[in-house]
Amino acid sequence: MTDQNGNQDSSGYDEDTMSGKYLTFQLGTEVYGIEIAYVIEIIGIQAITEVPELPEYIRGIINLRGKIIPVMDVRLRFRKTFRPYNDRTCIIVIDIQDVSIGLVVDSVSEVLSIAEHDVVPPPELGHGHSNRFIKGVGKVGQDVKLLLDCEKLLQHEVLEELSQL
Amino acid sequence: MAEHVFSDPLLDVYYHENTQLLEQLEGIILDCEAGTYSEKATNEIFRVMHTIKGSSTMMNFSNVARLAHTMEDLFSYIRSEQPEHADYTVLSDLVLQGIDFMKLEFYKIRNGHPMDGDEASLVSELQEYLDRLTSQHEDAHVKAIVFFEDEYQMENVRAFQVVHQLQEWTDRFSYEPEDIQNNNETAEMIRKEGFRLYFRNRETVEEVQAALSQAPCLKHLDIIPLQEEHEKEDNHAIAQTVLDAPAASAAEQLEKAQTAQSQLATGQSSNFISINVNRLDELMDLVGELVIAESMVTQSPDLAGLELEQFRKAARQLRKITGEIQDKVMSIRMVPLSNTFHKMNRIVRDICKKQGKSVKLELVGEDTEVDKNVIERISDPIMHMVRNSLDHGIETPEERLSQGKPSTATLTLEARNVGSEVFVVVRDDGRGLNKEKIIKRALENGLLQKQDGALELPDHEIFQLIFLPGFSTKESITEFSGRGVGMDVVMSNMMDVGGSVSVASVPGEGTAITMRIPLTLAIIDGMNVKVGQARYTIPTTAIRESFRAAADQIITDPDGAEMIMVRGECYQVLRLHERFGVETAVKDMQHGILIMVEYEHRKLCLFADELIGQQQVVVKNLPAYIKKIRDIKGLAGCTMLGDGSISLILDIGGLLSGRY
Repeated sequence: MTDQNGNQDSSGYDEDTMSGKYLTFQLGTEVYGIEIAYVIEIIGIQAITEVPELPEYIRGIINLRGKIIPVMDVRLRFRKTFRPYNDRTCIIVIDIQDVSIGLVVDSVSEVLSIAEHDVVPPPELGHGHSNRFIKGVGKVGQDVKLLLDCEKLLQHEVLEELSQL
Repeated sequence: MAEHVFSDPLLDVYYHENTQLLEQLEGIILDCEAGTYSEKATNEIFRVMHTIKGSSTMMNFSNVARLAHTMEDLFSYIRSEQPEHADYTVLSDLVLQGIDFMKLEFYKIRNGHPMDGDEASLVSELQEYLDRLTSQHEDAHVKAIVFFEDEYQMENVRAFQVVHQLQEWTDRFSYEPEDIQNNNETAEMIRKEGFRLYFRNRETVEEVQAALSQAPCLKHLDIIPLQEEHEKEDNHAIAQTVLDAPAASAAEQLEKAQTAQSQLATGQSSNFISINVNRLDELMDLVGELVIAESMVTQSPDLAGLELEQFRKAARQLRKITGEIQDKVMSIRMVPLSNTFHKMNRIVRDICKKQGKSVKLELVGEDTEVDKNVIERISDPIMHMVRNSLDHGIETPEERLSQGKPSTATLTLEARNVGSEVFVVVRDDGRGLNKEKIIKRALENGLLQKQDGALELPDHEIFQLIFLPGFSTKESITEFSGRGVGMDVVMSNMMDVGGSVSVASVPGEGTAITMRIPLTLAIIDGMNVKVGQARYTIPTTAIRESFRAAADQIITDPDGAEMIMVRGECYQVLRLHERFGVETAVKDMQHGILIMVEYEHRKLCLFADELIGQQQVVVKNLPAYIKKIRDIKGLAGCTMLGDGSISLILDIGGLLSGRY
């Protein structure tokens, strides 16, 4: 993961590629980052059609210019409390392996370059699965950004659902 | 040679498809002539030949079929062996000659002439070429002769060991004698003449030497590099002999073909273009969006209460045009059923021959058009039912005569439009369904629980039993049907397309199986209803009536299940807001609206806040991600309403399942 030599500053290095660039967004006070390669677009919050029988964190479906995509509330996905949507609330539309999905977040911040050697694996916290969605922790100056593992985000654990019943 | 038992549409498609394939093939060959035959090209040629063979066989054009078959063989060999020293110019010539031959035959079909071309000479040339390729050591460049120590005997086993070892090192070699594994006489041959190996993978003499010298019990080893020059000469000679013979006839045939072509030039050869269905689907989606966008503009809330005469006029015009575009796009996707129907001719013919039955197939309304993807999913069920009728329903001529029926049975395949559905009926005048037998079998297979009163069941319910999985009344399993998978496949295929199947039968007079199929899967007529903030769309075909309940109609049983009395009959009530967990202010049955829906003779009343209106909606699937998480029973998909919001389409069958 980390670069041994520590001399590859990717911000000045591969200008064109999307690697090492993250779109950051906020949930409450924490800042999360998501690899920009996944991101299709960012839209404001809009009317969500509820679909029955789904886990709570799937809020429903929206009509994105004729395409119907599901919407996931990242707060609820992380078992945080629900916060009513306001005009800062955004939907980040991502595309993973041809699955389009919208992520509802409190607000979108900026696009950051985080060099590979500034990304460290998430701390092990025993067997609690509090950080199973986190791929790594990126250091930017004094701040810490939690980098999301998008694929894990989309994996639906049957076990988890059962435990909630 | 070929009997023209098929009428025009099928021929049309055959001609059109195969001409296209030949054009494609010609392109590939010409591309390959420049360089070598790539693996992809070989595969492609093989596939094309295979397709042509298949369709020609089906159409009874045996000369084309045989030629295609020979070419298929040839390319199947080339594909698997990839011989490096094959003479590809000769090959190209041969294939092109074959293409010309087929083209000529196709022109003949087009002009209504009999297909009388003689493929024999071309086939034998191709065969010769293939033989030369397979004469195995043709392309070897290193030959090795191995002798084993005499005292060990069993030379063939030793040889097999050598072969086995070599297989780990190279796969491009052959050996003589070949049947060492099973034939003990080869031991004698090896002892006398040595075990000969031919290498084809550009191994050097030294490499072969090194590889073989490890063999056990080795006495003597000869390694001979084969002469490249000599080989080339050989090939050249082959090329000459092959080329000389057909040259004259090919030129002649081509000339003939060209005259045929010039005759055609005035004609109707390019009335078809083929389009990828995916593109049509995309177009369909776009048109769906266009319709929605149009109503978003013309019904914009900003315009409410304004006097806009010119705008309204223009909007009406726009609506008319978008409507026409929608109809046109739909009609592009419509394909007549005739192809599917005509395929049955062949099945009827084959089964009749095998079982000694005499059946006349009558086609009615074959030009009825159905959406392309509906057709794809109903041709199998139709085939199943035709087979079933022939196999189980129709009696032998003797049996028929003894019952005073004409010896030739009639099987009618009928299609007709009824509203937004198509009815396809398979009707025979055979022995009809035997109710007692059906009930007996159903009891045996545990599909029915009690014997008492089973006979009093209404006919259509008894007949419906034959569609259950694992039901088959025929005692013996025949080649054509009777595995007990037929009818339930029919049923499930029908359910997939939102259709249904029903049976009517009179003993001794025959059976009629009716399939009701929606015209299209892409657009349905729907009734939109409101429940709280949510919108749902109910397919209009399922709706029987909608009404407001009066207090005295409502019955609640001790379990709290609600029912409603309508004209003396009692129906279950399903509250949509409870079923889908939606907040709504309308909970009193008398304030909302009840919609009675029916699916396969079962009725249910849905409770919603209010009706919004009826409209044609474009059906979209729920996102794959949601389907993966949970298969939601009761939802068939979703659609977009005029204001851009999403409505969920109810699946009545799904809502009814798990109820009684």
